[in-house]
Amino acid sequence: MKKPKLLWLQSITCNGNAHSFFNHPDFFSILSHFELIHHPFIDTAHDLEEVLALSVECDILVLEGSFQEEGFLKKGIEVSKVIEHYANESKHIVTTGTCATFGGMFKQANPEKISGFAFDGEEKSKRYERYRSKLISLPGCPIHPKWLSFVLLMLAKKKKIVLDSMHRPQELYGITVHTGCTRNEYFEWKVDTKRFGLKEGCLFYEQGCQGPYTRGSCNKILWNDISSKTMAGTPCFGCTEPTFPQVAMFKTKTNMGIPAKMPLGVSKRAYLTLTGVAKSIKIKRFSEKLVDYDS
Amino acid sequence: MLKYNRLRYKGGELKIAEKKALKRESIIQTALQLFSKNGFHKTTIPDIANTLKMSVGNLYNYFSSKDVLAKEIIKYTSEVLGAEIRTINNMDISSEEKIYKIVEVYFTMAKERPEMIEYFLRVYLSNREVFNDGCEGMICVSGFITEIMIFFDDAVESGSLRNQDFFSAFGLFMGYLGGMVFLKGEDVLPKDIEFYVEDISRNIYHALKV
Repeated sequence: MKKPKLLWLQSITCNGNAHSFFNHPDFFSILSHFELIHHPFIDTAHDLEEVLALSVECDILVLEGSFQEEGFLKKGIEVSKVIEHYANESKHIVTTGTCATFGGMFKQANPEKISGFAFDGEEKSKRYERYRSKLISLPGCPIHPKWLSFVLLMLAKKKKIVLDSMHRPQELYGITVHTGCTRNEYFEWKVDTKRFGLKEGCLFYEQGCQGPYTRGSCNKILWNDISSKTMAGTPCFGCTEPTFPQVAMFKTKTNMGIPAKMPLGVSKRAYLTLTGVAKSIKIKRFSEKLVDYDS
Repeated sequence: MLKYNRLRYKGGELKIAEKKALKRESIIQTALQLFSKNGFHKTTIPDIANTLKMSVGNLYNYFSSKDVLAKEIIKYTSEVLGAEIRTINNMDISSEEKIYKIVEVYFTMAKERPEMIEYFLRVYLSNREVFNDGCEGMICVSGFITEIMIFFDDAVESGSLRNQDFFSAFGLFMGYLGGMVFLKGEDVLPKDIEFYVEDISRNIYHALKV
């Protein structure tokens, strides 16, 4: 069977997603399912000049980096024109990372002109309608290497990927980062953690954790197969969301002590009713150290 | 024929359930009045049963003890007051106007149904040993507290009230109202409590505004 041609094309990027993908334990095995046309860091059949000359072919276009209509050049050529050419040619477009998907970090430099490829933050960009039939969104800053391998291998095997309204695979983004977090008991009983890195306490109330309203599988598909931000004791920054990056990421925005943003789909009234009850009950175990290193 | 009988049976069952719910509420309301007027310890289950003209045994079918009844009453009053504030929360008016309406609702209730507020002040807050098991913290008053939280959250989000710790704002607001109703109960207010609505709501707004 002929292998699909894979082209990895970068726009305004920090290379974070390409680097993250290198961490995949089965990196070369995954690539072996494809004919790698071009990749920014790997010695491939075609170099950047050939890509910019629009002389290569591709079936799957992996896009990394924020999109700018005019003024972002490589070797004197408008990158947006190169992207649109290969987007037209390819069968699938995988916007890899939050920058390529929604605009992300680089959008902050020029919010009016810089966006994602098919979305500008939460809004659909003018390219959306044209490419919607082949668009797969893979937000994350960076993406988990296994999110990308899931998508690439599903495409290689010609299997259907179920997408949500923003074209994110539901298998990966149908849950929140809160799902699977080892601190869930502390969330249930509203017990805060007092600083980063502690084993005990939840990071939602004071430390800015956005896990309960951020779509992603960080606590289901672990990073380096070992851990996650929240497991290690730092807040989720909501890096997969179209609103990323928010300000003051290490502090929970509260109104009179009430978290300003609610867990996904939960009404404030429902949340506060449960919180009032949970906070009224003191459970000794949750005030104790999980591991007593002094004993 | 069988089907008809079943329907009739179900209908009868529903009626009994409705009747029981009504009876339950009338027990709560009577007990609420007696507890507020005579105090928790001085009011007995036979007192409540006598007032309702029902047997003590039957009353125990509804509430297994006086403590259980006391806890149900605080939940009931909290839900009634919470429902009033929820209506205000859902109105499309400014935070300043909402404060006025909350104060108005609270004082009107203190005047027309004084037992509702008296119960909170003179039974719930004064007999903590009764409520410690099962009504800790905010468990039994969450219907009311939740609505106050929503009011504060909306007011800060809209930029009209200053962001601060919940309890510093809550204490100022509800402590003030509770204090006034307490004074009314002691019969020391020179004027009708409704007279104070305007000034008190203005004081609260000015203390909490941005």
